[in-house]
Amino acid sequence: MTTEKAAAQEHRGARDGALIGTSARRREDPRLLTGRGVFTDDIQVPGMLYAQFVRATVASATVTSLDLSAVREVPGVVAAFDAEDLALGDITARLGRPAAEFVPTSMPVLARDRVRYAGEPLAVVVARDPYAAEDGLEAAKVTYETRTAVVSDTQALSPGAPLVHDEAAANTLLDVSMFASEGIDAVFAEAACVVEVETRTGRQNALPLETRGVIAAWDDREEQLALRMPTQVPHQVRTVAARCLGLDERAVRVLVPDMGGGFGLKCVVGREEIAVGAAALRLGRPVKWTEDRKDALTASFLAREQHYDVRAAFDAEGRILGLDADIVCDMGAYSCYPFTAGIEPLMASAEMPGVYKVPSYRVRARAVTTNKAPSAPYRGVSRPQYVMVVERLFERAARELGMDAVEIRRRNVITDFPYTGVNNVTYDPGSYLESLDLCERTLRDEGWYEKRDVADAAGRHLGIGYACFSERTGYGSTAFAQRKMEVVPGFDISEARMDTSGALTVTTGTMSHGQSHETTMAQIAADELGLELDKVRIHQGDTDRITYGWGTFASRSIAVGGSAVRLAVAKLGEKLRLIAASRWDVPPDQVELGRGGVRRADGGGELSYQEIADIAYLKAHLLPKGVEPGLSATASFDVFNDGTFSNATHGVVVELHEGTGQVEILRYVCVEDCGVAINPQVVEGQCRGGIAQGIAGALFEEITYDAQGEPSATSFMDYKVPTALEIPDIGIQHLETPCAFTETGAKGAGEGGTIGAPAAVLNAVNDALRPTGVELDNTPVTPETVASALEHA
Amino acid sequence: MSEITHQPPDQQLLSLSVNGERHELLAESRRTLVDALRHDLGLTGTHVGCEHGICGACTVLVDGAPARACLMFAAQAEGREIRTVEALGEGPGGRELGDLQRAFTEHHALQCGFCTPGFLMLAEGFLAERPDATKEEIREVVAANLCRCTGYQTIVEAIDDCAARRRASVCEEGSCG
Repeated sequence: MTTEKAAAQEHRGARDGALIGTSARRREDPRLLTGRGVFTDDIQVPGMLYAQFVRATVASATVTSLDLSAVREVPGVVAAFDAEDLALGDITARLGRPAAEFVPTSMPVLARDRVRYAGEPLAVVVARDPYAAEDGLEAAKVTYETRTAVVSDTQALSPGAPLVHDEAAANTLLDVSMFASEGIDAVFAEAACVVEVETRTGRQNALPLETRGVIAAWDDREEQLALRMPTQVPHQVRTVAARCLGLDERAVRVLVPDMGGGFGLKCVVGREEIAVGAAALRLGRPVKWTEDRKDALTASFLAREQHYDVRAAFDAEGRILGLDADIVCDMGAYSCYPFTAGIEPLMASAEMPGVYKVPSYRVRARAVTTNKAPSAPYRGVSRPQYVMVVERLFERAARELGMDAVEIRRRNVITDFPYTGVNNVTYDPGSYLESLDLCERTLRDEGWYEKRDVADAAGRHLGIGYACFSERTGYGSTAFAQRKMEVVPGFDISEARMDTSGALTVTTGTMSHGQSHETTMAQIAADELGLELDKVRIHQGDTDRITYGWGTFASRSIAVGGSAVRLAVAKLGEKLRLIAASRWDVPPDQVELGRGGVRRADGGGELSYQEIADIAYLKAHLLPKGVEPGLSATASFDVFNDGTFSNATHGVVVELHEGTGQVEILRYVCVEDCGVAINPQVVEGQCRGGIAQGIAGALFEEITYDAQGEPSATSFMDYKVPTALEIPDIGIQHLETPCAFTETGAKGAGEGGTIGAPAAVLNAVNDALRPTGVELDNTPVTPETVASALEHA
Repeated sequence: MSEITHQPPDQQLLSLSVNGERHELLAESRRTLVDALRHDLGLTGTHVGCEHGICGACTVLVDGAPARACLMFAAQAEGREIRTVEALGEGPGGRELGDLQRAFTEHHALQCGFCTPGFLMLAEGFLAERPDATKEEIREVVAANLCRCTGYQTIVEAIDDCAARRRASVCEEGSCG
């Protein structure tokens, strides 16, 4: 038994045959590897029609006319609806903050008189085949009175700028100033060393390879509108769709087929799916919409475009004295539901001190609205950026103070837990120092520091960079409520049900889309009763199967959803225990669960789960008094503190190439700690995939806009998604600091890779640029900027 | 449905040979091979990720060579032998994993699984042509397709492992000299 597995068992007091801590083969794989997975676009329903959207071709305008009559004449087109035809309620996300801090804005399902970004949907065209729907789009006649587009945060905030939303003065949707530590100005005035980083990070697309889509169909028998669609948050889609369509919520059912990634882009409520639902209701026919790649790139949800100006004060020994931050996030044209445009600035401002003991802190964080496609949370949400900024500040201070870049971090990381920071956040135990030490030792032992010296002498450009960070996971209702969200996520619910054969079905309110929950949650459930893995089936993605759930985002599923799974199965276990004990006429504490059944502690008898299930359902007359027939149990789990912090240190070695400006990653080491790893192979998969997306943001991907608000990247020719030749092999080492308050000791593992990578890569690039005197702080770091910087060498 | 189905103009009768079976279908000349496979023949294992030939989720084998099914018209596939992910498995209905598929699951070379059929067919076509491929050659070929979940490392490892096992089994059969 591995030590990790032993620790996992010890923590949970696990039963025999523990699956937790093992890299069990994925339950998802057989169907996905043989082409038998069922993704949304794979589904065909009899009588189905196909929708596409007429979209704005300009970024900011008053719509003076919208004429769909020619569309309706196109062969194959069945109908075309605009906003007026469908008369739907708007999608409005709110924060419970005063008007000076937050301005709510509404996103109409279809744009009415105003368009606010190129690609905004104006009308839905429904046809008998998808090709005819595309033909229909071309016949739409839209006239615009164009307005000046707002295409940058600087322009948005400049005096007299045109307003994207009339109600949002200075194009500001959120403006908060927090944690102004007393005397912070004096701290900076008197500090031995003050360093500053100003950085801009490019606008990215989370880019699930499966685009968005939906099949909407009214079911007369259930009196329900079924929406089959890829979403990370089925219940929130149900809530909002019902409100927009004016239906009771029970009359909407969201069903999620296999889902081809999400990464946050699918954890907000979109408008197209609701419009298609409305069209299906109008026509009394099932309607399918599959987003094409151009729309997915430019007109869905984007993220990450932020502007930081941050100062840090240090004493002469390299101890940080204060952080003073100004953060502006370009959230595009609308506030996303349910998180609002506050998602990025509130995350950055609440979390920025991170793994360091920062005694004083002041931050102003703003969300501005511009004429670009709206922002949604994207894997890591602001943490890739503020970690990059803070890690740049530490490396810059180390340089100014003549200190080693790892040593300066070592002097500042939190080592005594629990630690309550200047940001009023309490950090549960982690391995910040240990991960930093192990990561550095790995690169030293592999000889990279010597290789850097050799390269220096030869005039080559080798650099080593680190990122040390933590990531809050397992946000409960309490933590989300602190954000003042009107709709407060946090808990999750699970239902465990055993059938007459003794097989277990566990339903979760979370929504896996690559994270392997059908496997990992089954490991949790199976261990609780001592079942074989194949006796457990995890069910998800059907809003009719569980009363509510918050889906999968914020690295919450295993920490929160997994805990609910364990509690529900444990509750079911208590019923199995009661029934078995009654058969032997012994007290319940005299029987034990495990190895597929229940046995008397004194060895005087054994009943398989199947035999107990037989009694619970088919021989209910044998049940003890007060025990109801059937075997099912529901439990919920929530977190009532500040959540649990995963942590990691990333170490990167790069070589910069003159002429081409290529940043070649020679070595990537990740030392991570997500508490108990339910399935280490799955955790490593999350790390590697996350790091790949972080590298993508650091070096490759960006959607820029021209002065008219036209997006530059409309295909994969322009949006540079890295391939196997750009993403290096990644060495992963695990530390394990179990979480004390999740049911399995697990912390979240979904986002850390993405969070650490930009900082580590950018630090390595700047380390390699040492001889040039040039420092690069903006991402993506393009070959052009690197080549130009190297010319200074 | 009682109403007459919409009859697009310019239809032609096509005969496609897919996974060893012949299929006849009526299709517009603009219908892409991937749409014909997915929506006319019901072979939905082949996916569509970009419709402009970059992501490779739609990769199938055409006469044994990997090709983007989104960049071919169905009509262009007449007279060619098409192979899709549905033909990669073993046993009844192809439900048991073949060696390449087993290598993918052992190495955790897939997460959401959307890009996976494309990578499988890419690798299947490539290894048939280059059974002695080095890991670096495999990496170059894997760079033809996009995956957003895995970071590619485990895909490269899975294909490399499968290739090595195939070479070893050829040796066991005594034909590698």
